[in-house]
Parts: sequence; C-alpha cells; structure tokens
Amino acid sequence: MDLKEKLLSSFMVFEDKVDIDTYVHDVRSDAIKTFEEKGFPTKKQEAWKYTSLNKILKEDYSVFPKQENALEYKDIKKYFLYDIDTYKIVFIDGKYSSHLSQTTHDGMDVCLMSAALSKPKYRLVIENYFNKAATKDSLPSLNTAFSSEGAYIHIPKNKLVEKPIQIIHFSTGNESATMLQPRNLIVVEENSHVQIIERHQSLTNNPVLTNSVTEIFAKKRAIVDYYKIQNDSKEASLIDNTFIKQRQESVCSVHTFAFGGKLTRNNLNFYQEGQRIDSILKGVTILGDKQHVDHNTLVHHIEPNCESHQDYKGIFGENSTGVFNGKIIVEKEAQKTNAFQSNNNILVSDKATINTKPQLEIFADDVKCSHGCTIGQLDESALFYMRSRGIPEKEAKALLMYAFSNNVLSSVKIPEMKQRITKIIANKLGVNIGFDL
Amino acid sequence: MLKIENLHASVEDKSILQGINLEIKPGEVHAIMGPNGSGKSTLASVIAGKEEYEVTKGSISFEDEDIDELAAEERAHKGVFLSFQYPVEIPGVSVTNFIKTAINESRKAQGLEDMPAKDMLKLIREKADLLEIDRKFLSRSLNEGFSGGEKKRNEIFQMAMLEPKLAILDETDSGLDIDALRIVANGVNKLKSKDNAVMVITHYQRLLDYIVPDYVHVIYNGKIVKSGTKDLALELEEKGYDWIKEEVNA
Repeated sequence: MDLKEKLLSSFMVFEDKVDIDTYVHDVRSDAIKTFEEKGFPTKKQEAWKYTSLNKILKEDYSVFPKQENALEYKDIKKYFLYDIDTYKIVFIDGKYSSHLSQTTHDGMDVCLMSAALSKPKYRLVIENYFNKAATKDSLPSLNTAFSSEGAYIHIPKNKLVEKPIQIIHFSTGNESATMLQPRNLIVVEENSHVQIIERHQSLTNNPVLTNSVTEIFAKKRAIVDYYKIQNDSKEASLIDNTFIKQRQESVCSVHTFAFGGKLTRNNLNFYQEGQRIDSILKGVTILGDKQHVDHNTLVHHIEPNCESHQDYKGIFGENSTGVFNGKIIVEKEAQKTNAFQSNNNILVSDKATINTKPQLEIFADDVKCSHGCTIGQLDESALFYMRSRGIPEKEAKALLMYAFSNNVLSSVKIPEMKQRITKIIANKLGVNIGFDL
Repeated sequence: MLKIENLHASVEDKSILQGINLEIKPGEVHAIMGPNGSGKSTLASVIAGKEEYEVTKGSISFEDEDIDELAAEERAHKGVFLSFQYPVEIPGVSVTNFIKTAINESRKAQGLEDMPAKDMLKLIREKADLLEIDRKFLSRSLNEGFSGGEKKRNEIFQMAMLEPKLAILDETDSGLDIDALRIVANGVNKLKSKDNAVMVITHYQRLLDYIVPDYVHVIYNGKIVKSGTKDLALELEEKGYDWIKEEVNA
C-alpha cells in the first residue's frame, strides 16, 4: 500500500476518533477529497519542477505515532532559545508535552490547536480563521484533513507580547518512520506585536516527514516577526506550508534559516489585503552533503501602496541542491506597489546545484518591482588576502560566507536568536570563530 | 632572515621569475625596483604564498626553514606580511573584526589563547593613532569604498597590529598623495627595528626618500640585474630604466 492509500484509509479511523464539530468536520472531509483527487505533487507540476518527493514518500511512515514519549529538558535544552524567558509550545512525536511547555491564557491565548478545535469558546475564531488562508493544494489539504494538534496563538488588540513564543516539534524516532502534520493558527489583532520561533527537530536518524501548515492573520497595524530554524537530522524532511494574510499597515516578516535536513520545501505565501502593508521574506540557506532545500515564495499584492522585500542568500557545498522560486503577483488595483526580490548564491563545490527562478506577474502600471539573482563562487583574491594575514583557509572561507549572509542576519530582532544562528552557522561551516562582525 | 636562491616561478605555464637570488638580514631595508612587468609583484606574491604561482626551481627560506611548500597563512604565522598593491574589498567584515580574527588565528597557531578583548582594543587604538586613522573608520567594512590612501593606510595599520618579521610593501606608494605617503612611511619607520626587515617594491624614488633603503635591486625580465645602495635609486629616477635594459641586452 503506498503512502497515499495508507493516508486515505487512515483518515476514516482518524475521523472516528476526534470530536465531530460540524464546521471542522466539513473542512476536513473536503480536504481529504482534494488530497485524494490531487495526490502528492510530482515534478511534472511547474512549482515542483526541481524537487522530487518520490524518495521520501517511499518510507513506511507511521501516520499516528502510538505512544507518548517523555523527554528530559536537560537532554534537549540546546534546541531551545534558553537564555531568555519565552513561552513554549512543545510537541513530542506530534503530541503535546505539558512539562516542556509554558503556555498562557492570561490576557491572550498561547496554547494548543487541539483545544481550539474542540472547545466551544474557540468555536467562533475557528470558524472565522481555520483553513481560511491555506490554499487548496494537495499538501496543505492533506494537513487540513489530519489537523488535530499544533500551536494556537490569539493575541488581542493593543498588546505587545514581550516574550517570544517558541513552537518546537521533536520527533524521537521511536517508530521506524514517522509522519507528522502539525497545524498552527496564529491570529494577531489590531496594533499588537508578537515574535514567534518555530523549530522541527528529529532526535534520531530514523526517517521523519513533517507536513506542516501555519496560518497567520495579521490585523490592522499588527507586527508579526516569525523565525524558522531548520537544522534537522539527515533523515528528516520538512514540507512547510505557511500562509500569511495581512490587513492594512501591518508588517510581517519571516526569516527562514535553512541549514537543511534531508529535504526541505518552504511554501511561503503572503497575501496583502489592505493598504500600506509591508511583507518581509528573508532567508539564509547553508547546505552540504546531499541536502536539498526548496524555497517557494509568493507575495500577492492585492491593494495599492504596499511593499514587499525578499532577500535570500544561499551557500551550497558538496552535493547539495538549492531551489529558489519567487513569485510576485501585482494585481491591477495594486498601484504604487514596491516589490523587491533578491536571491544571491555561492556554490562552494563543483557538484552543488542551485536553481533560481523569479516569477513576476504585474498587472498594474505604476509600480516599482525589481528582482535579481546571482550565482557565484567565493572570491579567490579575497581568500588569499585573508590567508596572507594569517587567517587559515577554512576560517577565511567561513568568514566570507558569514559576511555574505550578514545582511539577512542583521535584521533579526532578538539578539539571543542572532547569536544562536551565528553559532549554528559556525558549526555548519566547521569553524570555531565568533563572527561578531 | 629571508634567503631566496635561484628562484623560478610561473603562472599558468608562463615563466615570470627566472632565477632570483636575494638575501635579507634582520634590520635591513631592501628596495626592489624595475620597469612594469618585470616580475616585482610576482616576487612579492610568491614569497607570501599565492597559490596561482608555481615555484618551478630554486628555493625560498625564512629563518633557515624552507617555506615554499607552506600555505599563505602558515607563512603569515611565521612573520611574513604582504601589504597589497590592490587591497581586496571584503563587504560585511569590519576592519576591527578582521584584524581581531587575524591576530587570534595567529595566536592560535602559536598555541596561545585569544588576546583579551581589553588588550585588543587598546592595541587597536594605539596603532590606529600611529597611522592617524579615525576610530569611525575601524567599524567600516574592510576596504569597501575606501579611497586609495585609506586602503594603503589600512594595510600599514594591519602590519602594525601583526608586527611581522618581514614586511613586503608592494607599491604602497601608488595612489597616495604626499600627506598620506608621509603618514604611511612614518608608520613603517616607527615599526622598524633591528630585528625586523622591510622589502619595499616601488617604481619610484619618491617613497625611498621616506623609507631609506640599505640596498636597491633592479629586476628586469624576472632576474635581479643590478644591485646597489640608495644612490642606485636616485640614478634610476634620473635616467629611467632604458640604460639598464641596454646593459642587460648587450
């Protein structure tokens, strides 16, 4: 039985187990039908031309991980941003871990999707927002059909959330192969500000496939800063589907630090439903081995006077592959749009590959749109210069690569987060230098 | 300190150095002069360890040790410093942090701990003052958007920080106005001692008015064809290089 058939038959079992709320039940039933019709995407589809899921779909994934696994905080502390106070929503093999989490209902909701989907007091929010941003593509639909757990964050009006919120998914490898489908819903009301960090971490080398959906709604003048840390084990694959709907004057930024697992696909979608909106998409990708990371972005400019800024830096070593497919749509009504996109890449190995493709669909006539992509190598003369001053080759290369990604890092607003990313980069590049540039 | 014997070097199969012999002792200043394309900068790069240049014959030893197989950074750790004719721009790396990394990597190679941040800062300030470098300049990206004079001053600042045994100044005077030239030369002179040596590569006599050489060598067609004292430099300034070419070709 292939994975698709297994998922379809599992859905029956799943629907029997969960409480049947009419709205959610209907959404799920529709979603599974969509998935059944469309199936998993293949390379024949334009948006998946450079990324094949074939290999990772061959594993015999356990769709509902059976037991709840306990983890000791001390063993996994390093995956947290632990040097500052944060809210934490932690999952182990898809199940909520209350002893590792720190949630709140004090003036806002930082809690669980399972609660939001089942308790009557959240019913209105769920009906208004659940699956209202996600597209009807096959993978988001698959997630919708199985959505039962994840983070639920609702920030009321005029609230500055001082502590960042960490959403961390651990997989323990207790099953020989695990498929996870976390579902996050984040609603940030008018004038509020929140910072969120998301991480998926496998603790063994057993295969894991995570098909995650995050829906974010940023209301008038809301500010949302979202950081994704992707630095997983070499058998962990992630398909991240993130949908952000912005209202007027809101500012949303997503930083994706893609240091890879096995295969990572980031479907990052912004919809600007109001005026004077700013959308910021930044990424640093550093890969080695046979890692594959695909950034597939969409910024949909629907209304006038909005901006979007995309800046993705990629460094590809060994046999790794990178894909950047950045789509910008500017609707006819969206006059005075400023949309910028830049994708710069360095290949440090002859066997590494990058496919980069900007896609602009502009229907308005008074707009400023620019895009640029570069593919290069490390500057040999700079390397000799640095080495002649006593900086060894490996460190010199690392310093150049770090400097290359520095203008993405410099916009990270949480200093401890920036330090952490810097450490991960040094680790990834195999050097022990501070990089405090 | 530096001993070069019958050095032949080529780049992409093109032979450039064709039998250089040169010995530099501690405390000495040697000037290397010669017409364009004679091999002056190649000699500097080969001593510093640029990989594109292949030593095909002969040897380079530094403090009685063969260094021609060593990587550029290893030569730097032993005390060889090359001030570049065209310093490379490195966006995103500040002057301060570049020099910090360079110093600590050299210390690491010698089995020493990183220099304490406080000492580093003090040293940076002291050497910046020596080269009349504005503090603000230190936080800018290395060489990015620097004027010619700023780039050269920054080279000598790095030299002052690293305190090499042998400093090779490759056309440090090019692109400098007279004030910058004086500051740079002053800096070099202040760093000079009986234990270190300087090799000045230049087209013109001008710099040698400030950094006075003990010996002057003329390179032509990849060979040292004439050596003398500082008077040779004055003679070259007056008469140009044609008479040397004629002497060699005759």
